[in-house]
Amino acid sequence: MAVSSPPVDLSAALVLKPVAAVDWLVILPVAWCIGIGAVLMMVRHRTFLHPPIAVAALGILAGLDATLLWHVAQNGPVTMVMGRWLPPFGIAFTVDLTGALFALIAAVVALAGAVAAVTDINDGGRRYGFYPFLMLLMAGVSGAFLTGDIFNLYVWFEVLLISSFGLLVLGAEREQIDGAVKYGFLNLVGTTLFLIATGYLYGIFGTLNMADIAAKAGPLRETAPLTTLIALFVFAFAMKAAAFPVNFWLPASYHTPRIVVSALFAGLLTKVGIYALIRVSVMLFPLERDDLSLVIAAVGALTMITGALGALAQTDTRRLLGYLVISGIGSMLAGIALGGPGGIGGAVFYALHSMVVMTALYLAAGLAARLGGGFSMASLSGLYARHALFSALSLMLFFAVSGLPPFSGFWPKVMLVKAALDGGAGWLAAALLFTGFLTMIATGRLFLLAYWRPAAAAAPSAQDAVPATALLPLIALTAVSVLIGLFPQTLLGLVHEAALTLDEPSAYLHSVFPAGSAP
Amino acid sequence: MEPVFSLLTGIFLTIAIYLMMSKFIIRMLMGVVILGNAVNLLIFTSGRIMREVPPVIGPGLDVPAGPVANPLPQALILTAIVISFSFFAFLLVLSWRAYSTLGTDNTDEMRVAEPDGTPLPPLGY
Amino acid sequence: MRSLILRTVAPLIVGLMVLFSIFVLLRGHNEPGGGFIGGLIAVAALSIYGIAFGVETVRRAIVFHPLAIAGAGLMLSTLSGLVSMVFHVPFMTGLWIYPVILGEEVPLSSVMTFDIGVYLVVVGAVTSVALSLEERGED
Repeated sequence: MAVSSPPVDLSAALVLKPVAAVDWLVILPVAWCIGIGAVLMMVRHRTFLHPPIAVAALGILAGLDATLLWHVAQNGPVTMVMGRWLPPFGIAFTVDLTGALFALIAAVVALAGAVAAVTDINDGGRRYGFYPFLMLLMAGVSGAFLTGDIFNLYVWFEVLLISSFGLLVLGAEREQIDGAVKYGFLNLVGTTLFLIATGYLYGIFGTLNMADIAAKAGPLRETAPLTTLIALFVFAFAMKAAAFPVNFWLPASYHTPRIVVSALFAGLLTKVGIYALIRVSVMLFPLERDDLSLVIAAVGALTMITGALGALAQTDTRRLLGYLVISGIGSMLAGIALGGPGGIGGAVFYALHSMVVMTALYLAAGLAARLGGGFSMASLSGLYARHALFSALSLMLFFAVSGLPPFSGFWPKVMLVKAALDGGAGWLAAALLFTGFLTMIATGRLFLLAYWRPAAAAAPSAQDAVPATALLPLIALTAVSVLIGLFPQTLLGLVHEAALTLDEPSAYLHSVFPAGSAP
Repeated sequence: MEPVFSLLTGIFLTIAIYLMMSKFIIRMLMGVVILGNAVNLLIFTSGRIMREVPPVIGPGLDVPAGPVANPLPQALILTAIVISFSFFAFLLVLSWRAYSTLGTDNTDEMRVAEPDGTPLPPLGY
Repeated sequence: MRSLILRTVAPLIVGLMVLFSIFVLLRGHNEPGGGFIGGLIAVAALSIYGIAFGVETVRRAIVFHPLAIAGAGLMLSTLSGLVSMVFHVPFMTGLWIYPVILGEEVPLSSVMTFDIGVYLVVVGAVTSVALSLEERGED
C-alpha cells in the first residue's frame, strides 16, 4: 500500500512549455565538444582521422558560436535549464553578449591551434591524445563562458584544467615535468580558493544561480560580509588569470609544452579567469567591486608593469611572450577596476584582442624557431631574409600587442585610457601608456635581433619550406587582428552593449526568470 | 553544531596550508589531500547541518514527508570529491615522475624550466 | 601474482563483482547506487582479474581499449542528453518509455542510458589507470 502525498503543483518547479529550437544553441557548443571528444577517444588508434575530425568539428563549433552571438545580439540573453527544473533549482546555462563574444573568439583561436597542430604535433602526440584533450579543453572553456551557475562554472574550470594538464605534459620531457609541477600545484590552490568562495557564497545566499544571486544581493548587503566574499573571489580569479603577486606559475610553465599547446593556453586559459572575474565582480557584486576598485587597479597596474619589465629581461622568446600575457592581464584588470561601460567594455575588448594576438604570437615564435633553429634571442637571426611574409606578419602582431594603430590592440587601449582619464585615475592611464611603451621596446628589440640581424654564419642554411598548415593559422589570426583594427565599429558596438548588459543585468535576469517569476 | 564544524574546518585548513608551504612535494601532496577535505567540510557546514534524516523521498510520495537534511551540499561535495580525487591522482603520478626524472623532491632545486643565471638578451649587434 | 588460490577463486569473484556492479548501476535510479559506484566496483573486479592473470589477459578480455570504452560512455551520456531535442524539452530531461517485454512492463529512460554512460566512463578511465599501474608493478 503506497502512501500518497498531496498533489503537487508542478508548474512551480518544472518547465512545462515546449523549448524553442533556437535555445539549443546555448548548450550545443558544450555538448558538441564533449561528443566529438568522445568520438576521438573511440578512434584513438586511427590517428590519421584525428586532425580532419577535430578541425572540422572546431569549424562547426565556431559556426555555432557565431550563430549564438548573432541570436543574442538580436534578442538579448538566452537561457536553457538542465532537465526541466526551473531556475534556481535546475542548473541554468545563460548566455549574454559577453559570454557569446568570448565563446566565439575562443572557438576561432582553438580552430587556428588545431590547424597549426597538424604539423606541430607528431603521430606520438596524437596517439597520446592531443586532439581529444583539445576538444575537452574547449568543452571546459565553452562551458565556463556559457554557464549561468557558479558551481557549474567551477566544474567547467576543472574540466579545462584537467585537460590542460594532459596537454601540458604531452611529450613528458624534463622541462615539462618541472613546469607541470608548478602549474599543477598553484592552479590547484587557485581553484580550491574558488571552491571555498563558492561554499561561503552558498552559505550566505542559499543559491548558486547567478541571476538569483544578482537579484538577492541587495537586501543581504546590510547583514552579510559580501566584500570579504568578493575579495576571495577576486583573489581566486586573479590567481587563475596570473595577476601580479600570484603570477609566478605562468612564466614557470607556459614555455615548456609544445608551442601549439602554449599558444592555446595563452589564448584561452587566463582569459577564462578574467571572464569569471568580470562576471562575478561586475554583474553579481557591483557595489563591492566599487569598494575594491582601488585594490584591483593597483594590482592591475603592478601586473602590467611587472609583465612588461619581465618581458624586457627575457632571452627566450616563449618566456618573453609569457610575460606579455601577464602584462595584458594587467590592462584587463585596470578596466575591471575602472568599471562603467568604458572600463568593462575596454576589458572585454582587450581580452578578445589578447586571445587572438597572444595565440598568434606563440605560433609565430614556433615558426621562428622552425626557421631559425631555436627560441633563444641570442642565436635567432636573419629571419627577414629567410621569409619576408612571415616577418611582416610578426611585425603586425608586435604592433598589435603593443597597442599601436591600426591593429586590434589599439582600440581597447584607447577605451581604457579614456575611461581612466574620465574616472580621474590619471596614474592608471599613465601606467597603461607606459606599459605599451615598454612592450614596444621588448618586441621591437626582438624584431631587430631575430629578424633584421644578418644571419650568423653557423645558422642552418637549408631553406626548409614552411608548411601551409603552419602559416595559414598565423595569417588568419593576423587578418582577424587587422580587421578588428581597421573596422572596429561592429565590435565596439557589441562590447559596449555587452558592458551595458553586465552593468544593468535586468535583461539577464529576465531571461532566467521570465515575467517576474523570481522566487 | 555549526560552530564545532567551523572550528574543525579551520584546523583542517591550518594544517593544509602549513603542509603546502613546505618545499618538499610529498608534504605538499598531503596538504592537497587535507585541503580538499577542509573545503568539503566547509561546503557541508555552510549548507547548515541537520542529522539523521537523509534527503530521500519515500516510495509513492512526491515531496518528502517531513524536514530532511539539505541535499544540495551533499551533491556539491560529491562533485568536489570526484574532482579533487582525480586532481590528487594526477599530482601524485606527476610528483613521482618529477622525482624519478629530476632526481629531487625539493621544489627549490627544480630549476630545469627556469635555470639560474640565464643571460640577459643581447643589447645590439 | 602467481598464487594458485587467487587464480582459482578469481574467475568466481570477478564474475560476481561484475554482476553486482550492474545490479548497483540499475538499482541507482531510486535507491543508493548508480553508474559511478557501479563502475568503481567493475574496475575493482577487473583489477583483481589483472592481479591474478596478468594485465594482458584483462586487455584481451575487455576487447576494446579502456579509453575507447570511456569515449563510448561519454558519447552515450551526451546523446541521452540530446534526445530531449526531439521532444522539445530542455537538455537532459528524463524521458521514459514503458515497453512490455515477456509480459513484464519494463520502464526504460534516458536517465538510465545516461547512467550507463557514466558507468562506462568510470570503467574505462579508471581501468586504464589501474592497468597501467599494474603493468608497472609487474616489471
